[in-house]
Amino acid sequence: MSLLELKNIYKIYGDLHALDDVNLKVEKGEWLSIMGPSGSGKSTMMNIIGCMDKPTKGEVLLDGVDISRENAKNLTAIRRDKIGLIFQQFHLVSYLTAIENVMLAQYYHSVPDEKEALEALDRVGLADRAKHLPSQLSGGEQQRVCVARALINYPEIILADEPTGNLDDANEKIVVDLFHKLHNDGTTLIVVTHDPEVAEVAQRTVFLRNGKLHKETINENFTGEIKFDK
Amino acid sequence: MNKRKMYFHMITASLIRRRSRMLVALLSIAIGAAILSGLVTIYYDVPRQMGAQFRNYGANMIFTPSDGSFTSADIEQGKSYIDSADIVGVTPYRYESVRIRELPVMAAGTDMQQAKLTSPYWSVEGEFPSAPGQMLLGANLAEQFRLGAGDTETVSFTPESDGGEVVADNMLDLTITGVLETGGPEEDYVYLWLSDLESLTGQSGKVDLAELSISANSEKLNQYADTISGSVPAVSARLVKRVTESETTVLTKLQALVLLVTVVVLALTMICVATTMTAVVAERRKEIGLRKAIGASNAGIIKEFMGEGMLLGAVGGIIGSILGFIFAQQVSINVFSSSISFIPLLVPITILVSVAVTGISCLLPIRSATQIDPALVLKGE
Repeated sequence: MSLLELKNIYKIYGDLHALDDVNLKVEKGEWLSIMGPSGSGKSTMMNIIGCMDKPTKGEVLLDGVDISRENAKNLTAIRRDKIGLIFQQFHLVSYLTAIENVMLAQYYHSVPDEKEALEALDRVGLADRAKHLPSQLSGGEQQRVCVARALINYPEIILADEPTGNLDDANEKIVVDLFHKLHNDGTTLIVVTHDPEVAEVAQRTVFLRNGKLHKETINENFTGEIKFDK
Repeated sequence: MNKRKMYFHMITASLIRRRSRMLVALLSIAIGAAILSGLVTIYYDVPRQMGAQFRNYGANMIFTPSDGSFTSADIEQGKSYIDSADIVGVTPYRYESVRIRELPVMAAGTDMQQAKLTSPYWSVEGEFPSAPGQMLLGANLAEQFRLGAGDTETVSFTPESDGGEVVADNMLDLTITGVLETGGPEEDYVYLWLSDLESLTGQSGKVDLAELSISANSEKLNQYADTISGSVPAVSARLVKRVTESETTVLTKLQALVLLVTVVVLALTMICVATTMTAVVAERRKEIGLRKAIGASNAGIIKEFMGEGMLLGAVGGIIGSILGFIFAQQVSINVFSSSISFIPLLVPITILVSVAVTGISCLLPIRSATQIDPALVLKGE
């Protein structure tokens, strides 16, 4: 059984078919990239996979459970327990330090644990910046805090929305390297990106166009080794 | 760090680390709380302050004899029914016709020190008589006899004769310490110590009238008057209506005004806080979206924003209590020329009201916060 399965998904706004009969399976531990031009339906698909929206038609099976008909309260619980989110604009709480931002995810999930949060920051190489506010961190560092926050609750899936969109090449490499580490640890990764070089390091890439799955490519050379270099 | 500690840390960090924005809300709450606590302090202190002001208009109760005349002992007995803390002054008066330079004048024998208390509006050119042997001359008499402060004049009294015998006048040389100006009938009187008048007339103990200045509201004054009239047979206690009624009217109007201003200030504070919190929620849409995206429930968002609002309310209430007392004190000093008494109970009440007002003001903005879509944190929104 696939970890995530989208079956005949439609999302219709008036006359616009943002998603039009999309079918997709993501296996546990897989690293999938989603690509497509603006308006292709990437964000709509992210919202649905991330339990922030529901499809007009179709089924979304997460761990075999159809989440497409769940109410907002249950979707919040699923998001909290099973999904780690990484954003293009980082979205750290400006008045909380790096470690507190990581603990925020623990706070909503279970119990904040400073030691565990520090370990997560250590995994992204930011243990020494734990007490810094987001304004005192570079863009790359902020994104790494965002990654630490996403992985702190051991989610089933990490969903990254243009994670390198606001980063320079050096920081882009650091973040992609982190994805390699997460993948090697068995984390399922779904990365939406415009950047073909970021997409290509994944195991599989799906292309969306006009709300439909246009094509799919498998990275035959994927070894799981860190070799991303621009 | 447990969950509760993290919660308090988050709401305090939000207020402290975002102080420029929250300062506006805090300021409006503190000012609202200050005016509220200040006005309530004044509201409770106004009767005392106004009472003191009205005592300047003279006595508000008069003892008259039920039948002919009464004695000083009757006055003392009547006085015993009044709470001593409420008594500003009690002045007995005995009126007799005396003569100065063979011309008849009305003399009032009294306790000069008490007269000063019950008739604070008296304007004396010179000094108030401080001891027997001295007198106060009404301005009209002073003009008529061309006398002034420092002069000594003989006051004579013709005792009643039995059966038409010629009786020698009693005479007393008294020093005029001051000339009395009131613009009223008092200017036609000569005021001397009761003991001097008694020695002049040869009769002691008799009193025609007593003026009392009592610091109490009209209800309490009525109670005192009824009790005294019922308990002391020789005394008929009456209120000086023009003083007590105007005092009640002014107090009622003033308290209504203070109440109205308090309600208006509370409403304005609520509007101000609600507006600021709406701006805060709008400014933090992305943060709220993020919190919801990473798993915050609507109840969690409400708890956090309500916590921030209430903490602001509490801090604003504490600052407001202090500022309110200073405000009330300044108003009291400038308007009533006396300091105000501190009401400790008002501090927790002000804090509670501030917290409640802030909480109510936050309801609508927080409701809008719960409606924020978590998807807005994703790109393109």
